[in-house]
Amino acid sequence: MANKVFHVMYDDDQKLLDAARALVAQGIRVKEVFSPFPVHGLDPIIGVKRTRLAIASFMYACTGTALSILGTWYFMVSDWDWNIGGKPNFTWIENAPAFVPVMFEFSVFCGAHGMVLTYLLRNGTLPGMPADNPDPRTTDDKFVMEITTEDNHVSAQDLEAKIRATDVFELSIKDY
Amino acid sequence: MFKESNIRKPLILGHKTYHDITNDIVSPIEGPAPKQWKIAITIALIVALYGVGVISYLVGVGIGSWGLNKTVGWAWDITNFVWWVGIGHAGTLISAVLLLFRQRWRMAINRSAEAMTIFAVMMAAVFPVFHMGRVWMAYWTLPLPNQFGSLWPNFNSALMWDVFAISTYFSVSLVFWYIGLIPDFATIRDRVSKPWMKKFYSILSFGWSGRAKHWTRFEEISLVLAGIATPLVFSVHSIVSMDFATSIVPGWHTTIFPPYFVSGAIFSGFAMVQTLLLIMRKTMKLEAYIHLKHIEYMNIVIIVTGSIVGVAYLTELFISDYSGVQYESYAFINRFSGPLAWSYWCMMTCNVISPQLFWFKKLRTNLVFTFVMSIIVNIGMWFERFVIIVTSIHRDYLPAAWGEFKASFIDIGMFIGTIGIFFTLFLLFARYFPVLALNELKTILKTSGESYKNDNKH
Repeated sequence: MANKVFHVMYDDDQKLLDAARALVAQGIRVKEVFSPFPVHGLDPIIGVKRTRLAIASFMYACTGTALSILGTWYFMVSDWDWNIGGKPNFTWIENAPAFVPVMFEFSVFCGAHGMVLTYLLRNGTLPGMPADNPDPRTTDDKFVMEITTEDNHVSAQDLEAKIRATDVFELSIKDY
Repeated sequence: MFKESNIRKPLILGHKTYHDITNDIVSPIEGPAPKQWKIAITIALIVALYGVGVISYLVGVGIGSWGLNKTVGWAWDITNFVWWVGIGHAGTLISAVLLLFRQRWRMAINRSAEAMTIFAVMMAAVFPVFHMGRVWMAYWTLPLPNQFGSLWPNFNSALMWDVFAISTYFSVSLVFWYIGLIPDFATIRDRVSKPWMKKFYSILSFGWSGRAKHWTRFEEISLVLAGIATPLVFSVHSIVSMDFATSIVPGWHTTIFPPYFVSGAIFSGFAMVQTLLLIMRKTMKLEAYIHLKHIEYMNIVIIVTGSIVGVAYLTELFISDYSGVQYESYAFINRFSGPLAWSYWCMMTCNVISPQLFWFKKLRTNLVFTFVMSIIVNIGMWFERFVIIVTSIHRDYLPAAWGEFKASFIDIGMFIGTIGIFFTLFLLFARYFPVLALNELKTILKTSGESYKNDNKH
């Protein structure tokens, strides 16, 4: 028997939340949810883990700080020790206060751009990528839950019956 | 779910549904361009082209065509630079700081304020870049290996810090803005029918599909970007102020500059947001989303920051006398009674006295008055920079070296030109981009929408 994919559409975020809660309670695995805006409270129900992007950003920012310390030391002390207005750069630490603005800016630069690039790559949202939301209305005012028979060890008829018991707006069933 | 008190005025007026929000924001993009827009962009383009012409002339003959002389080596160029950077402060403040403080009213205004920020910072960059004279060597400000030694830029210099501050601020604001735009572009992509528009918005939307995991990441990245953009907002204008404060010119060498510049920047930024939004909400019929409450909140920010600026003016005036340094003291006496006193009093009237009128609720909720005030504040803030820069250096330590400054045709042309370029970019944004963060607005509809709030009462 071919695997089937159910695209269950709801017309309200609360209905979607109630339905997801009811289906998960019956042991059904919701594969994906497509929504026009973030639906708060949905993630723990369907088992979406917390993202680690903030940690990544912190790491990128630390890299930025390290690089800017290395850079200011190399440019201002090691490679060519400037003597500006009788204030020579013999050691980095003596001049460190003057480098704080650049160190701060460069850390923020790396933290922000590193995180944004990671976000775009992990999402697979890049210029020219095709969209794969099952229905164009999911970016307007409809919410679609994707459930497959492959993930759930129940028959297609059983699954359909359980889905229909929720407040469904539209249901489409396809083979895949 | 988040529950908002019924006493609070709703942020979205009328009986809107999720679909109505999409409709209200996307239909102006789908339909033909209105006549007013065509007239406005034609005027803006003509002014912009005039600016491009003036700038080309400047590059051709050199910055001697400005009114600068041996005494006044910085004048309109840096005044305009600081003015534009200041205007560029409101956008990221609205989207980052107000996000951290969970101010939901920001959602109606953040998109256009951020667009304004990005365009304003671009205009600001024009001035120092062209002040270099040989603009094709602008990359010399970056620490790139070269064949002069290597000769590295001076990281002890406030001007160098500024290069880093402005470029970081610009690029971080740009990605912050774009990350928010991606889901909204996807909404437009899935709605429009014209093939070129579908293609255009599908490239811009990066294939966004609205998956649950993507939204989780979206919310996290918005929060973290807001967290790191907040100190950035404060650092940028602090560093701009250090361009002056780290020098030894009387009138510039003060520690009050960073906080005073930052509040001045927010003050002028909000004034520019008011100017643009009051026109936009009327012409694009966004009264349900940007209403009196939003305008009033922004006016309150204007009173607070305007008053901080006023206190700073008086503080530096007092300290100049109290310091007992005759040069410092003279710099300020010269400001209010010297040959450029008219600009000082213009600044005082526009920035300190007139915003105090916003204490009256009748006035701060009056749209025409707000619009007029926003223009007055912007004029005042331009004069503030002119006063700080020109009146401080035209008479410094050595009376024999005193001089006057007279703006040349090129000075004026370049300033007007950047206003033209700014408005051209902003009008293009208003026509082709979603002017409100429509998908974010949908998240507050049930807590702050008028019909939902009224339903909760029963």
